Amino acid sequence: MVDAKMTANRPISPHLQIFRPIITMVMSILHRITGVGLYFGMALFAWWLFAAASGRTDFRFVSALFGSIIGQVILFGFTWALIHHMLGGLRHFVWDLGHGFALKTANAMAWATIIGSVSLTILLWIVGYAVK
Amino acid sequence: MVELTLPRNSTIVEGTQWPKPEGAKRTREFRVYRWSPEDGKNPHMDIYHVDMDDCGPMVLDALLWIKNNVDSTLSLRRSCREGVCGSCAMNIDGMNTLACTKGMDEIDGTVKVYPLPHMPVVKDLVPDLTTFYAQHQSIQPWLQTTTPEPEKEWRQSHEDREKLDGLYECILCACCSTSCPSYWWNGERYLGPAVLLQAQRWIVDSRDEATGERLDNLEDPFRLYRCHTIMNCTQTCPKHLNPAKAIAEIKKKMVERRM
Repeated sequence: MVDAKMTANRPISPHLQIFRPIITMVMSILHRITGVGLYFGMALFAWWLFAAASGRTDFRFVSALFGSIIGQVILFGFTWALIHHMLGGLRHFVWDLGHGFALKTANAMAWATIIGSVSLTILLWIVGYAVK
Repeated sequence: MVELTLPRNSTIVEGTQWPKPEGAKRTREFRVYRWSPEDGKNPHMDIYHVDMDDCGPMVLDALLWIKNNVDSTLSLRRSCREGVCGSCAMNIDGMNTLACTKGMDEIDGTVKVYPLPHMPVVKDLVPDLTTFYAQHQSIQPWLQTTTPEPEKEWRQSHEDREKLDGLYECILCACCSTSCPSYWWNGERYLGPAVLLQAQRWIVDSRDEATGERLDNLEDPFRLYRCHTIMNCTQTCPKHLNPAKAIAEIKKKMVERRM
C-alpha cells in the first residue's frame, strides 16, 4: 500500500531550529567552536615566535599588530578560547572516568565551564596589564 | 553530515489559523507541525485554540481534543496514554517528550508541537522510525548463552539484577536519539543513545554470555564513539533514565578489556 510518491519527498523534521538550547548542549557546541578557534590562535602564536626568531624589525611589526586594539581583541578571544577549551577538556576528563553524569552535576559543570572561562580570561588580562 | 539548515522541501511556512471554539471561556493556543504527503505543500504550522474547560490536562488530551473537535486530519501516534508505550513521543515546547505525560501547566504560553527532530516525516507528527528499529535489531537485544540451558530459569542474584535498573525501563520512544545532534548528523552510522542504552542493558546482564561479541560489534568510530557527551539524551528522557551514563559505561568497558 506504500505509494513510492508519498515516501520520496518526505521532509526532514526541524531540529536545531526548534530544540531548546540546553546549557550542556551549548557548552558542547562552544567546545567545538573554541577547538577550531585554537587552530587559528596557534597560527598567530607561531607567527609571533617566527618573528621573534627572525629579527628585530619583524618582531616589532608583529608586536605592533598584536598590540593594536583589533589585535588585542583577537588575542582576548584566543585566551578565552584556550581557557574555555581547557576547562571543557577537564569536564570531559571527569566524564571519561565515569563521573558527573547526574543531571544536576552535569549542568553545574557546564555552568562552571562558561563562568570559569570568562572570569579566568578577564583575570588573566587584568594581571597581564598590571605586570606590564 | 552536519547540515544546520533544513532542505528546501522541509522549511516550515505559516499554516491555517483555525477559529476559536465558540463560547469557550479558557482557551490555550497550540501551534502544531503539519505535513501531508498528498497535497505537495511544504510543512506548515497550524494554529488551534483548545477549550481548556472541555479538555484533560495533558498535551495528548489537547491534541486529541483538536482531532475530535476541530481538525480530524491531524495525525499522531498514541496508545497507552500513561507513558509506558512510547508511541506519542514528539517535540513539545522545545524538548522531546511523551505527549501523554507532559502536562500543559508545565508550559508557558503557546504550546508548540513538532515531530521528533531530524526524522523523515510520514505525516504531521508521525516520524519514520524504520532506521531506529533496524539499529535496535543490530545490537541483538536478546539473551545469548553458550552453556546448556538450566532446567528452570536462568538465575540471577539480587545484586546482579540491580545492575539492570535504569536500563530495563527504557520504552524505546526515541526521544533521546532524536534529541542528539550527533544522531542528527550521523544517524545512519551512529547507533544513538536509545540503542546504546539497550546495548548496555545486555552487556551488564549477568546471565548473558556474549559480552565480548557485543563489545566487538560496538568497537567502531561511528556506532559508539560518535557520542560526544552532549547530554541532550539525559536531559530529554521522559523516563528520567541516563543514556549518556550508559554510553560512558560501554566506553569504559572498551578500555578495561584492553588492560
